[in-house]
Amino acid sequence: MLSKKVKSRFFFLLLSLISVAIVIFVVLRSLEENVVYFFSPTEIYNKTNISFNKKIRVGGLVKMDSISKNETSINFVITDLKNEIVVSYNGLVPNLFSEGKGVVAEGKLKDKKYFIADKILAKHDENYMPPEVNKALEISNN
Amino acid sequence: MFKNFFPSKILSITNNTINGLVILLVVVVVIGLTYSLFLSPPDYIQGDSVRIMYVHVPSSFIALSCFGFIGIASICNLIFKIKFMPLLAKSLSPIGCVFSLISIVTGSFWGKPTWGIWWVWDARLTSMAILLLFYIAYILTWKFINNFEKANKISSIIGIIGLFNLPVIKYSVDWWNTLHQPSSITLTSAPTIHYTMLVPLIIMFFGMIIYSLIIFLMRYKTEIMKFKLNKKKYHK
Repeated sequence: MLSKKVKSRFFFLLLSLISVAIVIFVVLRSLEENVVYFFSPTEIYNKTNISFNKKIRVGGLVKMDSISKNETSINFVITDLKNEIVVSYNGLVPNLFSEGKGVVAEGKLKDKKYFIADKILAKHDENYMPPEVNKALEISNN
Repeated sequence: MFKNFFPSKILSITNNTINGLVILLVVVVVIGLTYSLFLSPPDYIQGDSVRIMYVHVPSSFIALSCFGFIGIASICNLIFKIKFMPLLAKSLSPIGCVFSLISIVTGSFWGKPTWGIWWVWDARLTSMAILLLFYIAYILTWKFINNFEKANKISSIIGIIGLFNLPVIKYSVDWWNTLHQPSSITLTSAPTIHYTMLVPLIIMFFGMIIYSLIIFLMRYKTEIMKFKLNKKKYHK
Protein backbone atom coordinates (compact mmCIF):
# COMPACT_ATOMS: atom_id res chain seq x y z
CA MET A 1 0.00 0.00 0.00
CA LEU A 2 1.00 3.59 0.42
CA SER A 3 4.48 4.13 1.72
CA LYS A 4 5.12 6.06 4.90
CA LYS A 5 6.47 9.02 3.01
CA VAL A 6 3.39 9.31 0.80
CA LYS A 7 1.17 9.03 3.86
CA SER A 8 2.96 11.77 5.75
CA ARG A 9 2.87 14.04 2.70
CA PHE A 10 -0.83 13.32 2.32
CA PHE A 11 -1.66 14.25 5.90
CA PHE A 12 0.54 17.32 5.81
CA LEU A 13 -1.21 18.55 2.67
CA LEU A 14 -4.64 17.68 4.05
CA LEU A 15 -3.99 19.64 7.23
CA SER A 16 -2.67 22.66 5.39
CA LEU A 17 -5.60 22.57 2.94
CA ILE A 18 -8.11 22.49 5.78
CA SER A 19 -6.42 25.38 7.55
CA VAL A 20 -6.26 27.44 4.34
CA ALA A 21 -9.95 26.75 3.75
CA ILE A 22 -10.81 27.90 7.27
CA VAL A 23 -8.74 31.07 6.88
CA ILE A 24 -10.42 31.91 3.55
CA PHE A 25 -13.84 31.23 5.02
CA VAL A 26 -13.23 33.49 8.02
CA VAL A 27 -11.78 36.26 5.86
CA LEU A 28 -14.69 36.20 3.42
CA ARG A 29 -17.18 36.10 6.29
CA SER A 30 -15.69 39.11 8.00
CA LEU A 31 -15.44 40.98 4.72
CA GLU A 32 -19.03 40.22 3.77
CA GLU A 33 -20.04 43.89 3.96
CA ASN A 34 -17.44 44.68 1.32
CA VAL A 35 -17.93 41.62 -0.84
CA VAL A 36 -21.60 42.26 -1.54
CA TYR A 37 -22.01 44.56 -4.51
CA PHE A 38 -25.24 46.12 -3.34
CA PHE A 39 -27.72 46.08 -0.47
CA SER A 40 -31.38 45.25 -0.86
CA PRO A 41 -33.97 47.67 0.56
CA THR A 42 -34.63 45.19 3.38
CA GLU A 43 -30.95 45.03 4.29
CA ILE A 44 -30.87 48.83 4.41
CA TYR A 45 -34.00 48.83 6.53
CA ASN A 46 -32.45 46.42 9.04
CA LYS A 47 -29.04 48.08 9.08
CA THR A 48 -28.18 49.86 12.30
CA ASN A 49 -24.90 51.57 11.43
CA ILE A 50 -25.71 53.49 8.29
CA SER A 51 -23.43 56.31 7.26
CA PHE A 52 -25.23 58.83 5.13
CA ASN A 53 -22.05 60.35 3.76
CA LYS A 54 -20.59 57.17 2.32
CA LYS A 55 -21.38 55.97 -1.17
CA ILE A 56 -23.34 52.75 -1.22
CA ARG A 57 -25.29 50.72 -3.75
CA VAL A 58 -28.89 49.66 -3.55
CA GLY A 59 -30.30 46.96 -5.76
CA GLY A 60 -33.59 45.28 -6.47
CA LEU A 61 -36.43 45.48 -8.94
CA VAL A 62 -37.82 48.66 -10.40
CA LYS A 63 -41.35 48.77 -9.06
CA MET A 64 -44.10 48.63 -11.67
CA ASP A 65 -45.59 52.02 -12.62
CA SER A 66 -43.15 53.83 -10.35
CA ILE A 67 -40.97 55.61 -12.94
CA SER A 68 -41.69 59.30 -13.22
CA LYS A 69 -39.58 61.49 -15.44
CA ASN A 70 -39.33 65.22 -15.74
CA GLU A 71 -36.90 67.27 -17.80
CA THR A 72 -33.78 66.73 -15.76
CA SER A 73 -34.42 63.92 -13.34
CA ILE A 74 -35.97 60.55 -13.05
CA ASN A 75 -37.59 59.09 -9.95
CA PHE A 76 -38.44 55.49 -9.37
CA VAL A 77 -38.86 52.95 -6.58
CA ILE A 78 -36.51 50.04 -5.93
CA THR A 79 -38.27 47.16 -4.28
CA ASP A 80 -37.34 43.68 -3.07
CA LEU A 81 -41.03 42.92 -2.62
CA LYS A 82 -40.73 43.49 1.14
CA ASN A 83 -39.30 46.98 1.49
CA GLU A 84 -38.96 49.91 -0.88
CA ILE A 85 -36.64 52.83 -1.45
CA VAL A 86 -37.39 55.89 -3.53
CA VAL A 87 -34.52 56.76 -5.88
CA SER A 88 -33.91 60.08 -7.49
CA TYR A 89 -31.39 60.40 -10.31
CA ASN A 90 -30.12 63.00 -12.78
CA GLY A 91 -28.79 61.59 -16.00
CA LEU A 92 -29.12 58.92 -18.59
CA VAL A 93 -30.29 55.44 -17.66
CA PRO A 94 -29.00 52.32 -19.45
CA ASN A 95 -31.09 50.92 -22.29
CA LEU A 96 -32.17 47.90 -20.32
CA PHE A 97 -33.50 49.95 -17.43
CA SER A 98 -37.23 49.32 -17.25
CA GLU A 99 -40.08 48.60 -14.86
CA GLY A 100 -40.14 45.13 -13.36
CA LYS A 101 -36.46 44.56 -14.19
CA GLY A 102 -33.39 44.48 -11.97
CA VAL A 103 -31.46 47.62 -11.19
CA VAL A 104 -28.49 48.71 -9.09
CA ALA A 105 -28.20 52.35 -8.06
CA GLU A 106 -24.99 53.89 -6.72
CA GLY A 107 -25.12 57.01 -4.58
CA LYS A 108 -25.95 58.21 -1.10
CA LEU A 109 -28.85 57.64 1.23
CA LYS A 110 -30.73 60.67 2.37
CA ASP A 111 -32.74 58.66 4.83
CA LYS A 112 -33.71 55.01 4.97
CA LYS A 113 -36.44 55.48 2.40
CA TYR A 114 -34.85 58.02 0.06
CA PHE A 115 -31.77 57.55 -2.10
CA ILE A 116 -29.96 59.99 -4.35
CA ALA A 117 -28.20 58.12 -7.11
CA ASP A 118 -25.34 59.28 -9.27
CA LYS A 119 -25.06 56.11 -11.29
CA ILE A 120 -27.66 53.62 -12.47
CA LEU A 121 -26.82 50.13 -13.70
CA ALA A 122 -29.29 47.69 -15.18
CA LYS A 123 -29.09 44.18 -13.75
CA HIS A 124 -29.93 41.34 -16.06
CA ASP A 125 -31.49 38.17 -14.69
CA GLU A 126 -30.72 34.58 -15.66
CA ASN A 127 -33.62 34.29 -18.14
CA TYR A 128 -32.90 34.20 -21.84
CA MET A 129 -35.66 33.86 -24.42
CA PRO A 130 -36.72 35.09 -27.83
CA PRO A 131 -39.21 38.01 -27.96
CA GLU A 132 -42.07 35.81 -29.23
CA VAL A 133 -41.78 33.49 -26.24
CA ASN A 134 -41.83 36.44 -23.87
CA LYS A 135 -44.98 37.79 -25.58
CA ALA A 136 -46.66 34.41 -25.33
CA LEU A 137 -45.73 34.22 -21.63
CA GLU A 138 -47.14 37.67 -20.96
CA ILE A 139 -50.39 36.81 -22.70
CA SER A 140 -50.78 33.61 -20.71
CA ASN A 141 -49.97 35.45 -17.49
CA ASN A 142 -52.64 38.09 -18.02
CA MET B 1 -9.13 6.20 -19.23
CA PHE B 2 -6.43 7.44 -16.86
CA LYS B 3 -3.78 5.33 -18.53
CA ASN B 4 -4.28 7.23 -21.77
CA PHE B 5 -2.48 10.18 -20.25
CA PHE B 6 0.71 8.23 -19.63
CA PRO B 7 3.59 9.70 -21.59
CA SER B 8 4.14 6.59 -23.69
CA LYS B 9 0.52 6.68 -24.84
CA ILE B 10 0.62 10.37 -25.67
CA LEU B 11 3.77 10.09 -27.74
CA SER B 12 2.11 7.48 -29.90
CA ILE B 13 -0.69 9.91 -30.79
CA THR B 14 -0.08 10.53 -34.42
CA ASN B 15 -0.72 13.63 -36.40
CA ASN B 16 -3.65 11.79 -37.93
CA THR B 17 -5.53 11.86 -34.63
CA ILE B 18 -4.95 15.57 -34.32
CA ASN B 19 -5.91 16.17 -37.96
CA GLY B 20 -9.12 14.24 -37.38
CA LEU B 21 -9.89 16.37 -34.34
CA VAL B 22 -9.19 19.53 -36.34
CA ILE B 23 -11.69 18.49 -39.01
CA LEU B 24 -14.25 17.74 -36.28
CA LEU B 25 -13.50 21.13 -34.73
CA VAL B 26 -14.07 23.00 -37.99
CA VAL B 27 -17.38 21.22 -38.59
CA VAL B 28 -18.67 21.80 -35.04
CA VAL B 29 -17.55 25.43 -34.88
CA VAL B 30 -18.99 26.28 -38.31
CA ILE B 31 -22.34 24.78 -37.31
CA GLY B 32 -22.15 26.40 -33.87
CA LEU B 33 -21.28 29.84 -35.18
CA THR B 34 -23.92 29.85 -37.93
CA TYR B 35 -26.49 28.71 -35.43
CA SER B 36 -25.50 31.18 -32.72
CA LEU B 37 -24.82 34.20 -34.94
CA PHE B 38 -27.55 33.86 -37.58
CA LEU B 39 -30.18 31.22 -36.84
CA SER B 40 -30.81 31.73 -33.14
CA PRO B 41 -33.22 34.50 -32.15
CA PRO B 42 -32.24 37.73 -30.38
CA ASP B 43 -33.10 37.96 -26.70
CA TYR B 44 -36.31 39.70 -25.59
CA ILE B 45 -34.48 42.45 -23.71
CA GLN B 46 -30.79 42.16 -24.56
CA GLY B 47 -31.37 41.96 -28.29
CA ASP B 48 -28.40 40.79 -30.30
CA SER B 49 -25.85 41.20 -27.51
CA VAL B 50 -27.08 37.84 -26.19
CA ARG B 51 -24.88 36.30 -28.92
CA ILE B 52 -21.81 37.18 -26.86
CA MET B 53 -22.99 34.54 -24.39
CA TYR B 54 -22.24 31.76 -26.89
CA VAL B 55 -18.54 32.52 -26.53
CA HIS B 56 -18.52 33.87 -22.98
CA VAL B 57 -20.10 30.95 -21.14
CA PRO B 58 -18.02 28.13 -22.71
CA SER B 59 -14.83 30.16 -22.22
CA SER B 60 -15.54 30.64 -18.53
CA PHE B 61 -16.36 26.95 -18.18
CA ILE B 62 -13.07 25.91 -19.79
CA ALA B 63 -11.11 28.46 -17.77
CA LEU B 64 -12.54 27.03 -14.55
CA SER B 65 -12.22 23.37 -15.43
CA CYS B 66 -8.64 23.76 -16.67
CA PHE B 67 -7.69 25.19 -13.31
CA GLY B 68 -9.59 22.38 -11.62
CA PHE B 69 -7.41 19.87 -13.47
CA ILE B 70 -4.27 21.86 -12.69
CA GLY B 71 -5.17 21.88 -8.99
CA ILE B 72 -5.87 18.15 -8.87
CA ALA B 73 -2.71 17.39 -10.84
CA SER B 74 -0.78 19.57 -8.40
CA ILE B 75 -2.13 17.63 -5.42
CA CYS B 76 -1.24 14.27 -7.02
CA ASN B 77 2.11 15.74 -7.92
CA LEU B 78 2.98 16.80 -4.37
CA ILE B 79 1.69 13.66 -2.68
CA PHE B 80 2.57 10.86 -5.07
CA LYS B 81 5.36 12.55 -7.06
CA ILE B 82 4.01 11.24 -10.36
CA LYS B 83 6.40 12.38 -13.07
CA PHE B 84 3.93 13.37 -15.78
CA MET B 85 1.52 15.32 -13.55
CA PRO B 86 3.42 18.62 -13.68
CA LEU B 87 3.74 18.30 -17.48
CA LEU B 88 0.01 17.74 -17.74
CA ALA B 89 -0.79 20.75 -15.59
CA LYS B 90 1.79 22.87 -17.36
CA SER B 91 0.27 22.18 -20.76
CA LEU B 92 -3.22 23.05 -19.53
CA SER B 93 -2.23 26.41 -18.07
CA PRO B 94 -1.97 28.55 -21.24
CA ILE B 95 -5.33 27.22 -22.47
CA GLY B 96 -7.08 28.19 -19.25
CA CYS B 97 -5.27 31.51 -19.16
CA VAL B 98 -6.37 32.48 -22.66
CA PHE B 99 -9.94 31.37 -22.05
CA SER B 100 -10.24 33.27 -18.77
CA LEU B 101 -9.00 36.35 -20.62
CA ILE B 102 -11.56 35.75 -23.39
CA SER B 103 -14.25 35.30 -20.75
CA ILE B 104 -13.36 38.60 -19.08
CA VAL B 105 -13.09 40.54 -22.35
CA THR B 106 -16.33 39.20 -23.87
CA GLY B 107 -17.98 39.76 -20.50
CA SER B 108 -17.13 43.44 -20.53
CA PHE B 109 -18.28 43.75 -24.15
CA TRP B 110 -21.60 42.39 -22.94
CA GLY B 111 -21.64 44.44 -19.75
CA LYS B 112 -21.37 47.80 -21.49
CA PRO B 113 -24.65 47.56 -23.48
CA THR B 114 -26.48 45.53 -20.81
CA TRP B 115 -25.46 46.90 -17.42
CA GLY B 116 -24.26 50.22 -18.77
CA ILE B 117 -20.69 49.68 -17.52
CA TRP B 118 -17.63 47.71 -18.70
CA TRP B 119 -16.42 46.46 -15.38
CA VAL B 120 -17.52 46.42 -11.75
CA TRP B 121 -15.79 44.94 -8.73
CA ASP B 122 -18.53 42.55 -7.75
CA ALA B 123 -17.73 39.11 -6.34
CA ARG B 124 -18.04 37.19 -9.62
CA LEU B 125 -15.95 39.53 -11.73
CA THR B 126 -13.31 40.02 -9.07
CA SER B 127 -12.89 36.30 -8.40
CA MET B 128 -12.60 35.71 -12.15
CA ALA B 129 -9.86 38.35 -12.34
CA ILE B 130 -8.11 36.54 -9.47
CA LEU B 131 -8.29 33.31 -11.47
CA LEU B 132 -6.53 35.05 -14.37
CA LEU B 133 -3.84 36.25 -11.95
CA PHE B 134 -3.38 32.68 -10.68
CA TYR B 135 -2.93 31.46 -14.24
CA ILE B 136 -0.36 34.18 -14.93
CA ALA B 137 1.50 33.38 -11.71
CA TYR B 138 1.45 29.68 -12.57
CA ILE B 139 2.81 30.22 -16.08
CA LEU B 140 5.45 32.71 -14.96
CA THR B 141 6.72 30.25 -12.34
CA TRP B 142 7.50 27.74 -15.06
CA LYS B 143 8.96 30.43 -17.27
CA PHE B 144 11.33 32.10 -14.85
CA ILE B 145 12.42 29.34 -12.50
CA ASN B 146 14.90 27.23 -14.38
CA ASN B 147 15.37 24.48 -11.83
CA PHE B 148 12.68 21.89 -12.68
CA GLU B 149 12.19 20.55 -9.16
CA LYS B 150 11.89 24.03 -7.68
CA ALA B 151 9.50 25.28 -10.36
CA ASN B 152 7.48 22.12 -9.95
CA LYS B 153 7.06 22.64 -6.22
CA ILE B 154 6.19 26.35 -6.39
CA SER B 155 3.77 25.97 -9.30
CA SER B 156 2.03 23.08 -7.54
CA ILE B 157 1.48 25.22 -4.47
CA ILE B 158 0.03 27.98 -6.67
CA GLY B 159 -2.20 25.41 -8.34
CA ILE B 160 -3.48 24.09 -5.03
CA ILE B 161 -4.15 27.50 -3.48
CA GLY B 162 -5.89 28.58 -6.67
CA LEU B 163 -8.21 25.62 -6.30
CA PHE B 164 -9.96 27.41 -3.42
CA ASN B 165 -10.90 30.21 -5.77
CA LEU B 166 -12.99 27.93 -7.99
CA PRO B 167 -15.97 27.36 -5.66
CA VAL B 168 -15.84 31.07 -4.83
CA ILE B 169 -16.21 31.92 -8.53
CA LYS B 170 -18.90 29.32 -9.07
CA TYR B 171 -21.04 30.22 -6.06
CA SER B 172 -20.24 33.94 -5.79
CA VAL B 173 -23.53 34.77 -7.51
CA ASP B 174 -25.46 32.73 -4.92
CA TRP B 175 -23.54 33.67 -1.78
CA TRP B 176 -23.48 37.43 -2.26
CA ASN B 177 -25.38 40.15 -4.07
CA THR B 178 -23.60 40.58 -7.37
CA LEU B 179 -24.28 42.54 -10.52
CA HIS B 180 -23.57 39.38 -12.48
CA GLN B 181 -26.68 37.23 -12.93
CA PRO B 182 -26.89 33.74 -11.36
CA SER B 183 -26.29 30.63 -13.47
CA SER B 184 -28.89 29.80 -16.09
CA ILE B 185 -27.80 26.18 -16.39
CA THR B 186 -27.71 24.24 -13.14
CA LEU B 187 -27.67 20.57 -12.30
CA THR B 188 -30.69 20.78 -10.04
CA SER B 189 -33.29 22.68 -12.06
CA ALA B 190 -34.39 23.24 -15.64
CA PRO B 191 -32.27 25.72 -17.62
CA THR B 192 -33.65 29.24 -17.80
CA ILE B 193 -32.43 29.61 -21.36
CA HIS B 194 -34.93 28.97 -24.10
CA TYR B 195 -33.97 25.89 -26.15
CA THR B 196 -33.44 27.93 -29.34
CA MET B 197 -30.54 29.55 -27.48
CA LEU B 198 -29.51 26.53 -25.45
CA VAL B 199 -28.79 24.34 -28.50
CA PRO B 200 -26.24 26.72 -30.12
CA LEU B 201 -24.68 27.25 -26.69
CA ILE B 202 -24.16 23.51 -26.27
CA ILE B 203 -22.70 23.20 -29.79
CA MET B 204 -20.28 26.02 -29.04
CA PHE B 205 -19.41 24.27 -25.77
CA PHE B 206 -18.39 21.15 -27.69
CA GLY B 207 -16.49 23.18 -30.28
CA MET B 208 -14.43 24.99 -27.68
CA ILE B 209 -13.79 21.82 -25.70
CA ILE B 210 -12.51 20.08 -28.84
CA TYR B 211 -10.30 23.10 -29.54
CA SER B 212 -8.87 22.96 -26.02
CA LEU B 213 -8.30 19.23 -26.34
CA ILE B 214 -6.31 19.69 -29.56
CA ILE B 215 -4.13 22.43 -28.09
CA PHE B 216 -3.67 20.38 -24.93
CA LEU B 217 -2.60 17.22 -26.81
CA MET B 218 -0.10 19.16 -28.91
CA ARG B 219 1.36 20.97 -25.93
CA TYR B 220 1.45 17.91 -23.71
CA LYS B 221 3.31 15.96 -26.37
CA THR B 222 5.83 18.75 -26.74
CA GLU B 223 6.30 19.02 -22.97
CA ILE B 224 6.98 15.29 -22.67
CA MET B 225 9.51 15.36 -25.48
CA LYS B 226 11.22 18.38 -23.96
CA PHE B 227 11.32 16.67 -20.56
CA LYS B 228 12.87 13.53 -22.01
CA LEU B 229 15.46 15.53 -23.92
CA ASN B 230 16.44 17.46 -20.80
CA LYS B 231 16.74 14.24 -18.82
CA LYS B 232 19.18 12.89 -21.41
CA LYS B 233 21.21 16.05 -21.07
CA TYR B 234 21.40 15.57 -17.30
CA HIS B 235 22.76 12.07 -17.57
CA LYS B 236 25.49 12.85 -20.04
